Amino acid sequence: MEERPASTLSALEYDPAPESAAVARLRERYGLFIGGAFVEAADGATFETLNPATEEPLARVAQAGEADVAVAVAAARRAYDKVWGKTTGAQRSKYLFRIARLIQERSRELAVLESLDNGKPIRESRDLDVPLAAAYFFYYAGWADKLEHAGFGPDPRPLGVAGQIIPWNFPLLMAAWKLAPALAAGNTCVLKPAETTPLSALVLAEILQQAELPDGVVNVVTGDGSTGAALVASPVDKIAFTGSTEVGKVIQRRLAGRTTRLTLELGGKGANIVFDDAPIDEVVEGIVDGIFFNQGHVCCAGSRLLVQESAAEEVLHRLRRRVDQLRVGDPLDKNTDVGAINSAAQLEKIRELTAWGEREGATRYTSPCALPERGYWFAPTVFTDVAQTHRIAREEVFGPVLSVLTFRTPEEAVAKANNTTYGLACGVWSEKGSRTLWVAERLRAGVVWANTYNRFDPASPFGGVRESGFGREGGRHGLEAYLDV
Amino acid sequence: MSERLDVRKTYKLLVGGAFPRSESGRSYEVLDAKGRFLANAAQASRKDVRDAVVAARSAQRAWWSLTPYNRGQVLYRLAEMAEARAGELAEQVGRAEGTRAAEARAAVGRSIDRLVWYAGWCDKVAQVLGGQNPVAGPYFNFSVPVPSGVVGVLADQASSLEAFVDAVAAPLATGNAVVALASEARPIPAALIGEMSATSDLVPGALNVLTGRTGEVAPVLASHEDVDGLDLAGVDDGFAGELAALASETVTRVLRGADPQDRGLKRLRAFVETSTVWHTIGQ
Repeated sequence: MEERPASTLSALEYDPAPESAAVARLRERYGLFIGGAFVEAADGATFETLNPATEEPLARVAQAGEADVAVAVAAARRAYDKVWGKTTGAQRSKYLFRIARLIQERSRELAVLESLDNGKPIRESRDLDVPLAAAYFFYYAGWADKLEHAGFGPDPRPLGVAGQIIPWNFPLLMAAWKLAPALAAGNTCVLKPAETTPLSALVLAEILQQAELPDGVVNVVTGDGSTGAALVASPVDKIAFTGSTEVGKVIQRRLAGRTTRLTLELGGKGANIVFDDAPIDEVVEGIVDGIFFNQGHVCCAGSRLLVQESAAEEVLHRLRRRVDQLRVGDPLDKNTDVGAINSAAQLEKIRELTAWGEREGATRYTSPCALPERGYWFAPTVFTDVAQTHRIAREEVFGPVLSVLTFRTPEEAVAKANNTTYGLACGVWSEKGSRTLWVAERLRAGVVWANTYNRFDPASPFGGVRESGFGREGGRHGLEAYLDV
Repeated sequence: MSERLDVRKTYKLLVGGAFPRSESGRSYEVLDAKGRFLANAAQASRKDVRDAVVAARSAQRAWWSLTPYNRGQVLYRLAEMAEARAGELAEQVGRAEGTRAAEARAAVGRSIDRLVWYAGWCDKVAQVLGGQNPVAGPYFNFSVPVPSGVVGVLADQASSLEAFVDAVAAPLATGNAVVALASEARPIPAALIGEMSATSDLVPGALNVLTGRTGEVAPVLASHEDVDGLDLAGVDDGFAGELAALASETVTRVLRGADPQDRGLKRLRAFVETSTVWHTIGQ
């Protein structure tokens, strides 16, 4: 079949199909959630959260200081000692099922709120973030009364109070990844959302109220890095952190010598390896999914494309054409593929690293798409002629920026893929199963996607090796992070 | 008088399958539990640690590329070697720890049995710690436990053989390579296990045994960029904190407080990474 010329496709126009922002039921102020109630910070401090697509303020949110964190941890401790620690697995299970259902009931509101606060396309928050958040609660709900069958011995015990620090790229989903297994295992929690995306966790707190989860079992302290540092310094039994490798190392150092348990889900520089026998249309979609999904704000993003030399020209030609079709703009528009960069700071970091890409001699291709005038935007960008030593090949850009390298043999692909201090995720594209498994066996990564990319499921363990962190979230394995075993 | 003069042994390091004296040429006096001279042990230097880590890194690939069945046979072979030299081990454990002969023999028996236990784990751990994950979509999704890589073991100071064997056999069973520092004051039983491993078809470098000063060697091992896991069994809490802080520089996995008598899987789980593979299902 003859291919349609690119001009036909690019001429296709879509009418805007915006979701209504009113669905999010935004309020002007949001408090901390401590001991089952919404409260102001002790010193009255607040901060503003913006809509990154417009730079307009969305709401003011309480900034938790050390005193507030201490109160939240004490509330969690009390709830653990007096209530949650004595609650049977079957009861915990039913609370978690309730939460899952309530998330489903309020899914549209949560999706719009998430897109407003984070900048991600409504299509993704609606189809991925929110349904998966509900699915994680649903999955771990079922574990709460079956822990003795989870393979950690006959009497697995909870750890106690868990401090959980989550990033801004999947605010609600990360809250679910942290809370669901922790609660199922019988712990109480103090959750610290990211500074730029605090809102969905606070609506989740409302949902916990609606579920009548006992007071203090989950507490939410919003704020900046100082709030997270206060949580790490507080007398908790467990810290679970998702974020940058840099901050993860600081936390690991601060906890050295303490008995506080730690799991870390850190950065990545995932290799997406394409062999020349892979079906090219699927490959191109997979590459796009791997790096442009969620504006590339994904720790497991396939940010290094390793393509076999014999296929490189064809793959890159089609990839550029596909990149040109990506619609960048209003996150609330259901047709949008790539939304807003989450913050000015992140946009600056992406600009700095891409400038380095040019400076170090890589060839830059940026989609000619029009960008809105206000807000934080970065057009999808592909670098070719990238050397392994370039900063864009070594450092996590955490944006819609792909670095392309080539290889000739499977051995070379594996060597290049593993040439990083990270080890979170990789992709392998080939029609030859034996080769895919051979490569997967040799990749130093916690997750390998074969002929797909960026798939997540509550039953599937997720987490890294090497400097991408330790511990798993999801599946039976995810329970271990919250059990004293 | 013509009583036969015994032939004494010089105890050396085990690095990459070879038995060097420390490259530094240093040694230190090892005394028995009653304070009598027992031996001059090699005093490992920073360079010895680095050499051992290099050897371990390279051996780890070869060790992990053996079939699990084969790894199990090698660990079982080590148990056979230990059984054959049980008398020698018991004598050295008794001298080092000051225990009665019967007690020392019992400790040796438990150590050998522990090796057999771990030998059997080599081809079972993947099924017990891994499995298929029932994801909601057309994917075949499975998780397997893969080795962290190179594991540094700071062996228990008091239990010279039993705790040492437990601490090194577990990471070996899961496919790691090990750089172990023996008990500082009681290094001889560990050195003997090193000797036996060299005749057990173990990939040279998969187990490296150092003797020396814990205070000198431990920080080098903990801060080494190519060490993926660290077992802090043999250091006190204060020092463990310092070493864990060094380990954080490269997100090294740290194990603290595993009980050598424990029949649980804590040590087996400590230095494995769950690797999960998704593969599309379609026609």
